[in-house]
Amino acid sequence: MAGLELLSDQGYRLDGRKATELRKVQARMGVFSQADGSAYIEQGNTKALAVVYGPHEVRGSRSRTLHDRAVINCQYSMATFSTAERKRRPHGDRKSAEMSLHLKQTFEAAVMTQLYPRSQIDIYVKILQSDGGNYSVCVNAATLAVIDAGIPMRDYVCACTVGFVDETPLADLCYAEEGGGGSSLALALLPRGGQIALLQMDAMTACKGVSKVLDEVVRQHLQDVSVLTRE
Amino acid sequence: MASDMRLPVLRKAVSVSSAGSDRADHKDLVVPGDVITSDPGFMRGHGTYIDEEKLTASVAGEVERVDKLICVRPIKTRFNGEVGDVVVGRITEVQQKRWKVETNSRLDSVLLLSSVNLPGGELRRRSAEDELTMRDYLQEGDLISAEVQSVFSDGALLLHTRSLKYGKLGQGVLVQISPALIKRQKTHFHNLPCGASIILGNNGFVWLYPTPGQQEEEAGGFYTSLEPVSLADREVISRLRNCLLALAAHKVLLYDTSILYCYESSLPHQVKDILKPEVMEEIIMLTHHKLMEQES
Repeated sequence: MAGLELLSDQGYRLDGRKATELRKVQARMGVFSQADGSAYIEQGNTKALAVVYGPHEVRGSRSRTLHDRAVINCQYSMATFSTAERKRRPHGDRKSAEMSLHLKQTFEAAVMTQLYPRSQIDIYVKILQSDGGNYSVCVNAATLAVIDAGIPMRDYVCACTVGFVDETPLADLCYAEEGGGGSSLALALLPRGGQIALLQMDAMTACKGVSKVLDEVVRQHLQDVSVLTRE
Repeated sequence: MASDMRLPVLRKAVSVSSAGSDRADHKDLVVPGDVITSDPGFMRGHGTYIDEEKLTASVAGEVERVDKLICVRPIKTRFNGEVGDVVVGRITEVQQKRWKVETNSRLDSVLLLSSVNLPGGELRRRSAEDELTMRDYLQEGDLISAEVQSVFSDGALLLHTRSLKYGKLGQGVLVQISPALIKRQKTHFHNLPCGASIILGNNGFVWLYPTPGQQEEEAGGFYTSLEPVSLADREVISRLRNCLLALAAHKVLLYDTSILYCYESSLPHQVKDILKPEVMEEIIMLTHHKLMEQES
């Protein structure tokens, strides 16, 4: 890897944390009076705002109405000034759409949607400053906002990322560690029951293993075929 | 134009000891996922669910026990209507024989054509023509006051305006606050002695309007005066609006007495100054004093 030493010999990380140490978390509920629920969270240098509207009548296309439970509508976006390089499209690109979908799946597992038939709950999350672990910070912010809105949930949804460097698991990755080429695992769970709401893994190490296997298979096959054709 | 700018100040933490000491009855506060009891003898109310035979909270709030029934009431939530509640709402849609009304509830409320007083007396028959001219009575964006007639199984409200005190609202100011801050009372319509009237909707929508002269019987609640409102009246209404916002910001229950006391305490200040944090604090403290005196 290019120069960056993610874990020093003494066992410290780039920002001076131990391997299993989280970043400093600061949070606040009820930041806006207009919305039904809102929250702000800082996890190290990653900062996010979450706003919840609803439950309310389904707006837009009526066809989305579900007759036995509420529709959850999530929108994830990043402020144009949130990253080192200015973002052109704050939302609507493929990465945001995927993130929105993941948030939706996570909260459908936790919010008791069956109590609000034919209505809609909107969850909007915005990253104000991005320093790794965007998904988990968003989940944490949205959880606080949903609780602030008084919407019933089975449990808190807590999320965190974990990385893997030199056989050592690192908790709550920052941007440099996420981009360092190691594997990263985002996990959202309902802590009391230990149920997992979402698990997502982006890994290079695992892929390297697979590529080795595929490589072997292809080489073996080539050899076999070449031996056969020679005869 | 001079504008008032200020830096953010440190939020003061509410001291638990001072708030808790004057209240002997200690409240149980729970958060989602907290087990309230594992005794199977209790009944599950709102804001709770059964998880592995344990009664668990699903919202953050106070635990309320009525005999064997356990509920958790969240601090802040949308309006949960009950029969007889007075609401103020805004028409969002005109449909066949009904209007859809936004009332800060979880679903839009329904106002049927058959449950409004049409101009021309109570005993008028509703014809097909009425259905076609529904938009002349109430169109999208109009504000109405109404009463909850019944609640549907999915939580939607059925409204009616079959009384002369309900109907379309004319000139005035709408203030939206949390429904939890409205105190339930015998009447929610008040003609305040300061020269304005107020409708305290149970759904957190408060309507401030100049006290009307004489009621037009014929119009059946659809008459709206377009007379210009005098400057004095408008000032009173703006002052009341800012007082309501100040009371809501400090989580004081809203009813006629608290609003009047707040109005009286605000009189030494200019209307626009009421919303400044330091002035607001002073006014609310005076209001609290007056309320305490009145109680004892």
